[in-house]
Amino acid sequence: MSRTSQPYLLALKRRKIKNNFMIGLIVLLSVLAVIPLFMVFFHIVRNGFASLNFDFFTKLPAPLGEPNGGMANSILGSLILITFASLIAVPIGVLSGLYLSEYKNDRLASVLRWTVDLLMSIPSIVIGLFIYTLIVLPMKSFSALAGGSALALLMFPIVAKTTEEVLKLTPIHIREAGLALGLSRWRVILFVVLRGKSSAVMTGVVLALGRVAGETAPLLVTAFGNRNWPKSLTEPTPSLPVQIYNYAISPYENWHSQAWAGALTLVTLIFVINIVTRLIFSKDGLSKSHL
Amino acid sequence: MIAVFVICVFGFLIFYLWDGSLPILKIKGLSFFFESDWDPNSDQFGALPFIYGTLLTSVVALIISAPIAISTAIFLTEIASKRISKPFGFLIEMLSTIPSVVYGLWGIFVLAPFVRDYIQPVFTNYLGFVPFFKGPPFGIGIFTAGLILAIMILPTITAVCREVFLSIPVSLREGVSALGATRWETIKTAVIEAGFSGILAAVALGFGRAMGETMAVTMLIGNRPDITFSLFAPGSTMASVIANESPEATSALHTSALSAIGLSLFLVSLAVSGLSRLITQITKHRLAK
Repeated sequence: MSRTSQPYLLALKRRKIKNNFMIGLIVLLSVLAVIPLFMVFFHIVRNGFASLNFDFFTKLPAPLGEPNGGMANSILGSLILITFASLIAVPIGVLSGLYLSEYKNDRLASVLRWTVDLLMSIPSIVIGLFIYTLIVLPMKSFSALAGGSALALLMFPIVAKTTEEVLKLTPIHIREAGLALGLSRWRVILFVVLRGKSSAVMTGVVLALGRVAGETAPLLVTAFGNRNWPKSLTEPTPSLPVQIYNYAISPYENWHSQAWAGALTLVTLIFVINIVTRLIFSKDGLSKSHL
Repeated sequence: MIAVFVICVFGFLIFYLWDGSLPILKIKGLSFFFESDWDPNSDQFGALPFIYGTLLTSVVALIISAPIAISTAIFLTEIASKRISKPFGFLIEMLSTIPSVVYGLWGIFVLAPFVRDYIQPVFTNYLGFVPFFKGPPFGIGIFTAGLILAIMILPTITAVCREVFLSIPVSLREGVSALGATRWETIKTAVIEAGFSGILAAVALGFGRAMGETMAVTMLIGNRPDITFSLFAPGSTMASVIANESPEATSALHTSALSAIGLSLFLVSLAVSGLSRLITQITKHRLAK
């Protein structure tokens, strides 16, 4: 080995060491990134299972100081709120998605697309505040009506966006074939384009449901919650996430374990929804990474 | 029809927030955003503590989250084989599906005690002379809120970075490594430097998310409308004060003040996410050429 190559070799060695160090650091940090997931999951499962029993799903919250009790009213309340939200958001969302994908060059469509994008980036608490001033203040009461509307406003852009993405995948010749058979344009859109992709559109809806099922902040300022069965749409309505919040910040041991059980229920539901929709989407060759 | 309806609702949203915040803005003018006294009982409203809290928690979150999230994106696109990167990417995505309130619950009972017993003592013992790290060990406070935010915005930053990295042509990487670069040098020049503006966009998006996050922060920050220099002291953010005080707001002025905070939060997050989207578009366009 000649003398002149010595510094070169040294530099190479240093570069190699640096290479190994940086790659190692990247791998280490990536592993660090998923640790919280396992930690959260571990604690939810451990603490949740301990206090999860049949009563949890069937009973009202017990008065303070008494053991047991459940969150049946909150679960029912959540169902009411989400159903109400879907009734508003799904038709409007799907129709908007249709409009965006079928008339994509319209002036109005581009304004709508812009609106949908903006709606998506609004913090959910701001949506809650809007519904609060729009519905809660004039009615002078928290209500399922308000809570459902807030959730609907959160659901709508997700439904519209997934519908648009899904329908865009329909090849143009399918539409042309429909038109060539003499069908009117709206019939082609409704019976050919939408029907052909109906399962994918449904999946998008379910995905949106999973997204809003855990929403807490907007419900806190709109539906608020109570400790009884939800009676009417114009009264404060309990919901699972808000109940978890109330129990979590309370000073009582018994309520804490109820909160963990609630969290376990909620997270299981959301995970199942996500995994199932993911499987369906990947079968259709769609990615939802940009949603 | 539907389109017009939706756009109208959106217009309504802005109008209502604006209308709701008019009373306080008429009285205070812009000084509303620069005064630090917040006492609803004596009709004192100044939004500065919340703006400060929002900025500080988000910055803490970014400092912790950004390096980890970017590394994860690099790992997923450049280092891991497909067999590892697929399930690993799935795990990261799962991180974003956990509801905020569940993060808050976990934060109260697991993270806060951990910060109180292990992290804060280290800072106060070794760096206690810096006012940033002083304070009694509550466990809850700005640092803990920032930490939980860091976990929550990580999947967002990773997802955007990943998309940007994937749009960088393979030929660029091949070119760099053909010049004799080591793997890290390839990543550094062909991925990080080439996609730098994309990384900025991802971080900006994460920042926007962090500012709007409500529940977990509300549960972990302590909710005191104070401006303190210590990272471990309780504070309050724009989102958390809305969640906390809206249900109990009695005077019209109080509601109006909360509306004004909501309006500014709305505008700032729109600006941040719009900016981030613009950068992503430009970057992808440039890289595709």
